[in-house]
Amino acid sequence: MTLMPFLMALRALDRNRVRSALTMLGVIIGVAAVIAMVAIGQGATQSVQKQIASMGQNQLMILPGSSSSGAVMFGSGTVQTLSPADAVAIRRDCPSAVSVAVIVRTRAQITYQDLNWAPATVQGCDPDFLAVREWPIVEGENFSDADIKNAAQVCLVGQTVVDNLFGGESPVGQRVRLKGLPFRIIGVLDRKGANTFGSDQDDVLLLPWTTCKKKLSGSTFNTVDQILVTAATSSALAPLQEEVSATLRANHHLQRERGPDALDDFTIRNMTELLGTMTQTTGIMTALLAAIASVSLLVGGIGIMNIMLVSVTERTREIGLRMAIGARGRDVLAQFLVESIVLSGIGGLLGIALGGGGALAVSYYAHWPAIVSPQSVVIAVVFSGAVGVIFGFYPAWRASRLDPIDALRYE
Amino acid sequence: MALIEIVDVWKVYHMGDMEVPALRGVSLQIQVGEFVAIMGSSGSGKSTLMSILGGLDRPTRGRYLLDGIDVAELSRDKLARMRNDKIGFVFQSFNLLPRTSALENVELPLYYANGVNAKQRRERAREALAKVALSDREGHRPNQLSGGQQQRVAIARALVNRPSLVLADEPTGNLDSKVTVEIMGLLQDLNDAGNTVVFVTHEPDVAQYSKRKIVLRDGQILTDEPVAERSVVRR
Repeated sequence: MTLMPFLMALRALDRNRVRSALTMLGVIIGVAAVIAMVAIGQGATQSVQKQIASMGQNQLMILPGSSSSGAVMFGSGTVQTLSPADAVAIRRDCPSAVSVAVIVRTRAQITYQDLNWAPATVQGCDPDFLAVREWPIVEGENFSDADIKNAAQVCLVGQTVVDNLFGGESPVGQRVRLKGLPFRIIGVLDRKGANTFGSDQDDVLLLPWTTCKKKLSGSTFNTVDQILVTAATSSALAPLQEEVSATLRANHHLQRERGPDALDDFTIRNMTELLGTMTQTTGIMTALLAAIASVSLLVGGIGIMNIMLVSVTERTREIGLRMAIGARGRDVLAQFLVESIVLSGIGGLLGIALGGGGALAVSYYAHWPAIVSPQSVVIAVVFSGAVGVIFGFYPAWRASRLDPIDALRYE
Repeated sequence: MALIEIVDVWKVYHMGDMEVPALRGVSLQIQVGEFVAIMGSSGSGKSTLMSILGGLDRPTRGRYLLDGIDVAELSRDKLARMRNDKIGFVFQSFNLLPRTSALENVELPLYYANGVNAKQRRERAREALAKVALSDREGHRPNQLSGGQQQRVAIARALVNRPSLVLADEPTGNLDSKVTVEIMGLLQDLNDAGNTVVFVTHEPDVAQYSKRKIVLRDGQILTDEPVAERSVVRR
């Protein structure tokens, strides 16, 4: 196989420039649409993955379970069953646990001079919490284990709180009041943006969970709202879940008090499972977009077939001549097939450029994530080539079956 | 051995239920180096005979040996190879590829020939164009050439693969009388150089340039005789 058929095809297409360009346009638009749609879909998938990762990867979220009376279940969180002792037990008994953080929540208004603000989230936690959430401090420092032990009146604030209370000045070291008690701000959290579900993660105030429990909530019960446990890798999550479950069941004396069939009085949520679900969802969306876009590729292919049929009819005498001087049926077939492949191939390459450029322009101007992956480019090249073969075959076959005598006499 | 040997060749076309015989038992021999004109009115079967001689069509009945090869037995693909190898075609309407240079038009048959590389293709096309005295028009496209020049390019194309037989179908049908003389002179030169030339015409004075005249009527040979008082173009 030499380059010759391709050069001949290029010359033939060059003889009808406008027509070739218009035919190509169908393929260009089809391929560009597929590339752009897949790029946007994959961009969305990646941004969802990033956001879920920002909630903490390799993480188990343990929530209080359902209370029940007889056979009536009251639903998750209706009873406070988790205690700081559970966290201690997990730290002690679960070898796969890398870090353990307890979380308690409350509502409180924060006042600074004559300004006030009520953060969406006021949360007591361990120093480990920031590591678990992969949330850096941009200014100041995290609270310490000593602060937990002493129920120190210190706090960390998110960017939204800073914007609302402090304007331009640095909040670190400032004194604020929560429920009338004086607190010192010791650190500022990095901006994290909205989460997957749309709520502002920066509208937050963090303090030692002991402080939150004893001084803000005024609760006498020794319970926590949530325990976060992380594993070293995502593959360690499943064993960790087993360990945590066993530890909590033992710690809550479920088996001893209610028998081996007793239901868990806690719920364990696996963040990686959530990630998998979300990835699957966006994957389906991507496939759907690509499917719709490939309809236009199909239409482009039909355009090629149409033009190739016209071309075969127009060039009947040329085909007759070629046959008379020695072209076999397969030579004529190859000639027209190569023309249609060249047409769709060039269209495909231009379509990749247009689609890729379009996707990048969308991500640049509309701040919409778009990823043009090498796989989607390869798939587009293969598909546009296949369009050329599939839709070029019938016209080429018709050309190859012409009778040379009739073809030479064709007017 | 004769270059062409046709024995009792019949060609019957089917038009619906009707059988229309175009050739009814034609037999003839043509030797290497002959210059033959086939004449006849329309419907006499001369075009059908040309198609069969050129390997574009197969006889319904009868034998056709070209260079000792039984053409009637060849498959479609083998026929194509045989045409490429042994026959050079010249058509009434030239049939040059538009928007393609004279040199590339002449090269065309060599694309379908075995074992000819690009360099040889170019060289042999140049040689063939030189034989028809068009070396200075290599880069010209058909629409930049006169009718006579276009037919000379077509003749060069017929010669480029060094065929055993040059077959011309009404080669001067689209040309005025002055250019007709020029083209017939060229064919005479080629014949003088040893090429076997067979052409179809319906004009008696054009047939006078050949050495042997075969007249067909109703699918049969009416007369087959040497040309008396032959016209010779001397330049």
